[in-house]
Order: sequence, then structure tokens, then C-alpha cells
Amino acid sequence: MLSFILRRVLQMIPTLAGVILLVFFLFKYFGGDPAEILGGLQASAAQIESIRKQLGLDKPVAEQLWIFVRQVATLDWGQSWATKESVNHIFSTRLPATLTIMIPIMILEVVLAVVCGMAVAYVRGSLTDRTVMVVSTVALSISFLVYVIIGQYVFAFRLGWFPVQGWTSSTLTNLAVYAPLPVMLAVLVSLAPNTRLYRSFFLDEIGHDYVRTARAKGVPERAILFKHVLRNAMIPILTNVATQLPGVFIGSFLIEVFFSVPGLGREVFLAVGRSDYPVIQAVTVYLAVLTMGINLITDVMYKFVDPRVVLK
Amino acid sequence: MSAMPDSLAPNAVARVNGVAVAMPRSPGVWAQAWTRLKSDRVGMVSLVIVALFFVLVLLAQLGLVARDWQREVGEPFAPPTIVGADAKEQTIEKQVQVPNVDISDIDPLASYYGEWARRAAEIKTEVQVRKETLPVGGDRIGRDVLAKTIKGAQISILVGITAALVATLIGTVLGAFGGYFGGKVGDFLEWLYNVFTSVPYILLIFALAAVFKSGPLAKVFEGGIAPVVIILGAVGWTGIYRLVRAEYIKHRNREYVRAAEAIGAGHLSRMFGHILPNVSHVVLVQLSLHVVSFIKTEVILSFLGLGVPIDMVSWGTMLAEAQTELVLGKWWQLVAATAFMATFVTAFALLTDALRDAMDPKLR
Repeated sequence: MLSFILRRVLQMIPTLAGVILLVFFLFKYFGGDPAEILGGLQASAAQIESIRKQLGLDKPVAEQLWIFVRQVATLDWGQSWATKESVNHIFSTRLPATLTIMIPIMILEVVLAVVCGMAVAYVRGSLTDRTVMVVSTVALSISFLVYVIIGQYVFAFRLGWFPVQGWTSSTLTNLAVYAPLPVMLAVLVSLAPNTRLYRSFFLDEIGHDYVRTARAKGVPERAILFKHVLRNAMIPILTNVATQLPGVFIGSFLIEVFFSVPGLGREVFLAVGRSDYPVIQAVTVYLAVLTMGINLITDVMYKFVDPRVVLK
Repeated sequence: MSAMPDSLAPNAVARVNGVAVAMPRSPGVWAQAWTRLKSDRVGMVSLVIVALFFVLVLLAQLGLVARDWQREVGEPFAPPTIVGADAKEQTIEKQVQVPNVDISDIDPLASYYGEWARRAAEIKTEVQVRKETLPVGGDRIGRDVLAKTIKGAQISILVGITAALVATLIGTVLGAFGGYFGGKVGDFLEWLYNVFTSVPYILLIFALAAVFKSGPLAKVFEGGIAPVVIILGAVGWTGIYRLVRAEYIKHRNREYVRAAEAIGAGHLSRMFGHILPNVSHVVLVQLSLHVVSFIKTEVILSFLGLGVPIDMVSWGTMLAEAQTELVLGKWWQLVAATAFMATFVTAFALLTDALRDAMDPKLR
């Protein structure tokens, strides 16, 4: 187990190096000139030259790469170009808002989708099953934007059940007042595709021999579903949740943009608009590390969910 | 699936008791898939709908329909015909009687008025009669929403298809090399795949969008759909790469490939002349899956202002306008864009399902 974790961590190094190279060269050769972005439209040639010197842009490429690697290693990303706020401060202040929105979404999504997926798998082949499938296919083809636009209009603007948008510094107020509508909309939108996916997971399991055996010895259908099938379907479900987890940290940025939630996703979106490269670079590298970490934890968790899995 | 090129089949001859008998030609893979697709009713209906959309896109591309989508043909926010024209606002103007004083003797400009009136009359002005209602309504400045939606369909579908082609091309070529050669090449490509997949999809799109916005490439591709196509293609190839690679690993040591090697076919000829036709069903299904997901992503990017340029219209930019219009109670642009998009995407998704079933009967 320990050697497995150690080897996996070592395997991450080349990937992380690749991400650093990708981010560095992408912005170095395809991005705009940082000195011109920082200098603004009114900057004189001398000012641009001096910014260039400050940032080390006059040095050879290898040395610039080394500076960037050192930034990554020391987690010192400097300041945002647009607001002069330190990048690490941006992270620590924006992350709580994202988590306040995304953790409830994540939990509700998984619980509801497991329940709905199992319910639909239970009545498989029936009219209800087919209706749910058709409805979710159509629901899936409507853009996410439309649901949020209409949801915000109907529930917040027209009916006034929730505030249209907003945020406070108190987590409790946020959870009780500002989070419910975005959370509800995000969960509702993801329900159709997730139900479809989880139904297929359950149906895959129901086709197995052990289910037939359990049925043959007289185990009631409900017990088969909850005891045998659910436990076995946990593996694909876990994989699915794990692949979605890194997305939690950037948040559903659309939700944050629509509801003016001062979270990480909105911050990255704003950074793109302002050509604020340090913020984008930092988020990209952080999330790559996080994704790799989550993948490792998922693999270890398989072991606990399914004793048959051998870590090698 | 036979490795034999179709052109050989009609000439194939069997000898029975020394008499040459032409063998009946067995239908090819594609013909069989077509037969299976034809018996799928849902698939055929979707095919017709998708084909109609393609005709619409083609007509819009040729400038035959929706060419004047930027003309302000109606009143601002002209309602759809079925709703009927807005009630005329009653404007009550108080007539203030001001005695008209003749000041021409002290007015320094008096001598010019005649000249100006004559010159003004020379300039021809066309009075645009603005319609009070339009078939599907008008937008903020009175443009026909129907024409906009068709133009938007053209742009969105075009972006989706070209981006999917780019992603499929990258994914197929890299997957072919990675799967066929393995070894060092395979390891390198696997590393590249790991790097691209370790960054969340949407974040990679954001990073590329930032680069395209202010970088040197921004000037090269100014004012077209190329940036968004390149961004989507460069980010979306990973899934296709994985599947194609797996297929190539499966096929590279099959007998027909060894036979091709024996008759002297080179690596490239074996990869793309022999193996590719046999895995093309995987590629085709992936291509159409990606069309759907790229159209959805394009709509979101254009909504955020990171997609098509502002002088173009896509379903995404229409939804961006619709968000503020809805508060004013002008719902038609939202409904038009949503209805068109939902119809196309549903039909395309169902067609993809039908295609997958038709191309690979083993999956059923």
C-alpha cells in the first residue's frame, strides 16, 4: 500500500513537469507581451523596457523557465497584474465562497442521482423508465444557460422566493439566503444526465450472475438492489464523482458568474477578461496537482469499497 | 469486417468444377450499417432533421437565407405575429401656443435657409417602414429574430462541426501513432495525454482563451470563428486519442496487418490504409459525439464573450441578449434560440446513438 502510494507520487512528477512546461510555453510564446499588458495603452517605450527588466523578460528563456519553476516550488506567484492583490490571497479569500456553493451541490447531486438512478433501474423497461430516458435526453439538449436564466427569472425576479444575486461575509447567511437558488438550479440541471449515467451503472450490475443467484435463492428485489447491486455499483459511481471533484474547486463558474458569487471560478473568468496571467497560471498548476492527488485518493478508496481490488 | 478493399470484391472468382463462377458480392461494412440504420425509425427521423439543419446551414453560408439578419426591419422588440402588435402608447402632448415672431430681419442665418432646404431635398433618404410584428419577433434594435436564429444556427453548427473535425483529426493521428508504435512514441504521447487531462477541461479552455485574447495569434485570426474552433479542438482531442489508441493496440498484430506487412506495405500505409478503415466506426461515432458537446461549449463560451466575435451571432450571443430581455418581458429571442438548439442537439444525439448501434451491432 505504502509502496503503491510512493510510486504513484513519483509518477506524478513527469506529469506535473509537463503541466508547468505547457503553462510556461503557452503564455510565453502564444500569450501577449506581459510588459505591454502591464504598461497599458499609455506606456512609453522606456516604461515598457523597465517593466521588462523587472519581470526578467530580458533574460534568456531557460532562465525565465527557472524563475517560473521556482515560483511554482515556493508557491509564490507574486501579485495579480490587474488588482495587485497577491495571488495566494486571492485563493484563500475566494475558495470559501466556491466551497459554500459547491459542497452542497456535490452532496445533493450524488445522493439524488443514486436514488433516482436506482429507482429507474428498478422499474427498467417500463413506461416510466422509457419516459424518464426520453425526458432526460431532451432536457440534456437544452443549454445549461437556459435553465439558469429562466430559473433566476422565475424564482428570484418574478416570485421573489430568493434574492436574484448577492453574497455576504457570513457563511451562515450565505448558506441560508444566497446559496439555495444556485445550488437548487445546479442540482436540477445535473439530475437528468446523472440519473441516466447511474441507471446504466446499476443496469450493468443487475445483468451479473450473482444477481441471478440471489434472486434464485429468494432474496427480495429491494434487498438485491440495496445490498448487492449498490455496493458493486459504488466503483463506477466513485470514479465518476472523482472525475468531477477537481471541477468543484473551480466551481461551476457559470453559477458564480450568474449569481455574483465571489468564488474561484468567477475570479478565473475575470482574470481571462483582464489578461491577468499570474492568476490563470497559478490556478492551472494548482488544479493539476489537485486532480492528480484526487485520482490517487480515489484509487486508494477503491480498495476500501471493493476488497477484490489489488493495488499494484 | 473484411480487410479486403471493396474494389476487389466484384472481380473475385471462384472455381467450381473447373468452371468459373462469379461469387455473389457480399455487402460492405458501410452498406450493412446503412441497412441497419434504415430500419431504426428514431434514427431515420433524426437523420432527416439533422439533414434539414445542414441544408439551412448551407443556404445561410451561401447567403441565400438570413443574409440581411443585421437589417433593422421591425420596431425595437417587435412582438411575434401570434402575440400581435404592442398597444400604441397614448402620448398626450400639451399644445403650447407660442406666437410665431418673425425674426428674419435680425437672423444672421436667414439667407442660408433656402439653400439648405434645397440641398437637403437633393439627398435621397429611404424611409424604412418598420414592421410592428415579425414572425418570431424582433430584438432590441428591431432585427428579425428568425433570421438571427438561422444565422446563429449556421455559426454554432459550423463551429461545432469544424472543432469536432479538428479534435478528431488530432486524436486519431496521435492515437494511431501511440497505439501502432507503442514504445517511446507511445510513452511520450501517454505523457502528453496525462498532462492535458490533469488540468480540468474548462480551465484549459480559459487559459487558451486568455492567450488568444491578447497574444500574437489574436491579430492573425481577428474577427473569425477560427480561435474558438482551435481552442475546442486543442482541448477536446484527449478522449478520441484514448479510444483510437486502444483500437490500434488491438489491431496492430492482427493477421490482415501482418499480411499487409508481408506484401510490403509501409508503416503509414498499414496505419492509415489498412487499420484506419477498420476502426473508422469508432472515429465516426466519436466525431458526432463531439459535435454535440462542442456546440454546447461554444454556446457557453459565446455567452461569456469568449467565443465568436461580437459582430457575429451565435446561439450563445442570443442567449446573452435574452438574459436581459427576459426581465423586460421579451421572451421570444430566448425561446427561438432554445427551440432551435434543443431540436438540433436532440436530433443529433439520437442520430449518434442510432449510428453507434448501426455501426457496431456487437454493442447491442
